[in-house]
Amino acid sequence: MINLVFFQAALIAYLLGTAVLLAYLITLRKLLSRAGIAALVVGFIIHSLALTWRYIEAGYTPITNLYESLSFFAWSIVGIYLLLYIKYRLDVLAAFISPLAAALMILASIFPKDILPLAPVLRSFWLPLHVTLAFIGNAMFTLAFAAGVMYLIQERQIKSKRIGPFYHRLPSLKVLDDLNYRCLTFGFPLLTLGIITGSVWAESAWGSYWTWDPKETWSLITWFLYAALLHGRLTVGWRGQKAAVLAIVGFVALIFTFLGVNLLLSGLHSYN
Amino acid sequence: MEIVLIGFSHKTTPVEVREKFCLPKEKIKSFLGELVGLPGVREGLVLSTCNRMEILTAPECDQEGVDRIKGLLAGIGGVAGEELNPYLYIRRGEEAVRHFFRVASSLDSMVVGEPQILGQVKEAYGAAVESKASGLILNKLLHRSFFVAKRVRTETRIANQAVSVSFAAVELAKKILGNLEDKRALLIGAGEMSELAARHLIGQGVREILVTNRTHFRALELAQEFQGRAVPFEDFPEELKNVDIILSSTGASNYIIRAEQLAGVMRARKNRPMFFIDIAVPRDVDPKINAIANVYVYDIDDLQGIVESNLGERKKEARKAEEIVSQGVEAFSRWLSSLDAVPTILDLRNRMEEIRRREVEKTLSLLKGASEDEQKALHLLTTSLINKILHHPISQLKHQDRRGQGQLYVEMTRKIFHLDGDEET
Repeated sequence: MINLVFFQAALIAYLLGTAVLLAYLITLRKLLSRAGIAALVVGFIIHSLALTWRYIEAGYTPITNLYESLSFFAWSIVGIYLLLYIKYRLDVLAAFISPLAAALMILASIFPKDILPLAPVLRSFWLPLHVTLAFIGNAMFTLAFAAGVMYLIQERQIKSKRIGPFYHRLPSLKVLDDLNYRCLTFGFPLLTLGIITGSVWAESAWGSYWTWDPKETWSLITWFLYAALLHGRLTVGWRGQKAAVLAIVGFVALIFTFLGVNLLLSGLHSYN
Repeated sequence: MEIVLIGFSHKTTPVEVREKFCLPKEKIKSFLGELVGLPGVREGLVLSTCNRMEILTAPECDQEGVDRIKGLLAGIGGVAGEELNPYLYIRRGEEAVRHFFRVASSLDSMVVGEPQILGQVKEAYGAAVESKASGLILNKLLHRSFFVAKRVRTETRIANQAVSVSFAAVELAKKILGNLEDKRALLIGAGEMSELAARHLIGQGVREILVTNRTHFRALELAQEFQGRAVPFEDFPEELKNVDIILSSTGASNYIIRAEQLAGVMRARKNRPMFFIDIAVPRDVDPKINAIANVYVYDIDDLQGIVESNLGERKKEARKAEEIVSQGVEAFSRWLSSLDAVPTILDLRNRMEEIRRREVEKTLSLLKGASEDEQKALHLLTTSLINKILHHPISQLKHQDRRGQGQLYVEMTRKIFHLDGDEET
């Protein structure tokens, strides 16, 4: 199937990008960062084609099993990064994103790729709406996570006065903190909408707005974590290190919500 | 004859210990007096800055002498001798000369290429001359060190890095605070490095510079220069919550900003990050403040660490400078060993002259009735004989000096001509 070919091609592009960006991280040569990001762009385009093709071949939005979800997740992460690049121009961030995307793709390819007929309960316009909102929100939180990790690395160096190789390569603490905040302010409403649409859809599909399905429960936990972070930021000045750590904690909850629930627990969400 | 150097520097000693040895001029003079009063110490010089203490003595000092000097030194800083020991270094002879030349050329400085050290060395020299503590050898050493330092400054590019500490501070500010255009800075005190950093900050577009100083007039002056605002010294703690960067370099011997003050400040700032640049020695800013979240405190040692991490290029120029220093050391050593030849040459001449006179007297007493002219001719003959005989030996002694073999030839000459014993034996 053609969409699989595009999938592989996109993966290769991401892997290439990773290699080039790693070289950039070491040598700091501008040429390498441009090449790496170009590879990401190319990969994104091919990836978009892959998704589009799969949509055409399947007849529904390709986000119904683990393979599709992970692929879509990787796509949204790269997409959001490229969107942010317009404003933030953080070449170094690409060196985190590219391997992450590649890893997600590799993980995806472990799971069955067959295009199965869509389960009846999923045949609804809510599918693309709910899942897309949730995933884009997740992508934003992933970037916040990356910003948080970079923040902690840079902060550790500056605070301990042991200037290592990262000092020159990572952007300023302010930029990383801003990025964290920015991703949070976009991701949170998206997550909220994702949960709400999911709830409304659940009502129409299963007859109840909330059933404490593991996925629903964990989404709520994740939501509360990020709500606390946002609140703390706005009212008591939870910035810098605290915000970075919480972004990482939130991300862990997020990954569990997204993957863990599917892999470890069973419930309404696990038909994949 | 050997030069002995005892000292400690920022390379061997942490700032907490160095702080205790920042001596004012009067103390240095009295220290010098005590130094040359020690038995065996004929000449002395003390270089005391807030980054180092170098004590020069000549001629050579035995272990006892060294211990006595160490004791004196420890006393000045109010520490026990054993406390100071791990930080001290002792250099002798050529190594002492090399070290001192390197110091004067700013090669051993915190910021290689900085211009202040030479002025400080000149001041130290002035104090030693005034106190009559330095003599022939140290005077020559100091003059040569000025010469070497000047060569290093003009023939290499290490002086281009002189502004590094200020530059490193501003680079750090950007790494912490990002774009500086909407940030405010507070300058406490004054001084070349901090004013330079302030100028750098202005160059980066910082929004406003507040200036405060114990002497309000000075604050007004600087505020005008930076087109900023002067703040009365008593009021500066109030302004802390409004500024993002604090540049401190006062002469205070205690902390002027303490950790307890910061808690309220950070709350008022809603935890917006703050960066303290503490260039002062003794330090102005309580180092415990660095432990507070979103606050960063860098003292002069820390800034130097950043500068070090940018080494690279500077290594090349430093190598050239070391070469110049080596040449200076060689020239000085030659001069020093020539000091040995001169007394020997004098002794040799004197001995020969003695022999000549006695023999001529003896002969003249045998030659009764020698005329005035004949007597003169005899003196002339014997004198020119001696000169001709000694001409080569003496020129060899001088020549070997230049080739660095002076001591060997001097020793041999003294033995061969028996210059150290009685003429009769």
